[in-house]
Amino acid sequence: MKSSGTAPSYTPYHPKWYRRRVSTYWWLQRGEYLKFVLREMSSIFGAYFVVITLVQLYALSRGPQAYADFENWLKNPLVIALNAISFFFVVFHTITWFNLAPRAMAVRLGGKRVPDLLISGPNFVAWIVVSAVIAWFLLRG
Amino acid sequence: MAETIKLEIARFSPERDAAPRLETFEVPYRKDWVVLDALNYIKDKSDGSLTYRWSCRMGICGSCGMMVNGEPKLTCATFLADYAPTPVRVEPLRNFPVVRDLVIAMTDFMHKLVEMKPWIIRKEEKPLSEGEYLQTPEQLDIYKQYSMCINCMLCYAACPVYGLDPLFSGPAAIALAQRYNLDSRDQGAKERFTTLSQHEGIWACTFVGECTEVCPKHVDPAGAIQQYKLTAAKEWFKSMLLPWGEK
Repeated sequence: MKSSGTAPSYTPYHPKWYRRRVSTYWWLQRGEYLKFVLREMSSIFGAYFVVITLVQLYALSRGPQAYADFENWLKNPLVIALNAISFFFVVFHTITWFNLAPRAMAVRLGGKRVPDLLISGPNFVAWIVVSAVIAWFLLRG
Repeated sequence: MAETIKLEIARFSPERDAAPRLETFEVPYRKDWVVLDALNYIKDKSDGSLTYRWSCRMGICGSCGMMVNGEPKLTCATFLADYAPTPVRVEPLRNFPVVRDLVIAMTDFMHKLVEMKPWIIRKEEKPLSEGEYLQTPEQLDIYKQYSMCINCMLCYAACPVYGLDPLFSGPAAIALAQRYNLDSRDQGAKERFTTLSQHEGIWACTFVGECTEVCPKHVDPAGAIQQYKLTAAKEWFKSMLLPWGEK
């Protein structure tokens, strides 16, 4: 601030704030944060299943020998382990996603907000029915 | 001898300290005391220089938010009995700069709040002689939850997105924008749209959901943000399909 000569001049007060840095490991500090990060990461495994399905279709299009090779590759213990982990994450993703759906959708009927269970419930039911139909097709022999 | 409980309190003097340090105080343990009572006891009896914000001590003013054992809490509603006999650690709200001891700088939040225009906007006011703007209980019910916000900023302290990206508008500001957007008397949704739908608005939110968990007034800011994401997406599709439509 410039001194005007006659009037007193003041130094503007600049508070010296302390700013804390967010730790790189912030997602380990709370169970809920960890759950969130796992939920976000589960999308990688979802994408992996899409790629596997595309590879499977490609093998199918190239004939019985290519498909048998693909099936042999699936029997590799490392691939089985990776698929088991991916399956866990895809199920985790589905459950957390359906549980969050009622928060994003505020459906109102007759002036009242529809209970959460009526939003997430049909999702879970549809998921189970579709899974059961697919399982029936695959396992009927 | 009367029972006591230890409090570990973050102290920071901008003139003397480079970083906050913890100082331990011992206060009488009483079942009906909240953390704020203990802080007031310390200021009265042990150290008058202890600095913190408080006012109503009944969960309305929203000034006494602090981190209690690492969780964002209103200290007027957090009982010592829930922690005793272990010491209670009291720190300033996370994700904000610390001014002194337990006082944080809230300028950033105030700025973001004003950007959202949290007031009723009318295209044209009707004359006073026509009376007030009426609202049915059903119309009130649509936004009432969001109007419970007391600006205590606990949701900002719980939000890792705000911690990592301080440009994010944040949970309370967005919930309060929705409070007015959903009000039947308001006509300002278009004015708030640009601020809300930019990246630093709703789209920075990754739906961690902790803002809703820590909210002492059950506002559900996480829900407000996700619901506005749907609204913004619908608006975007409308503007793509009907580019000649009302801007």
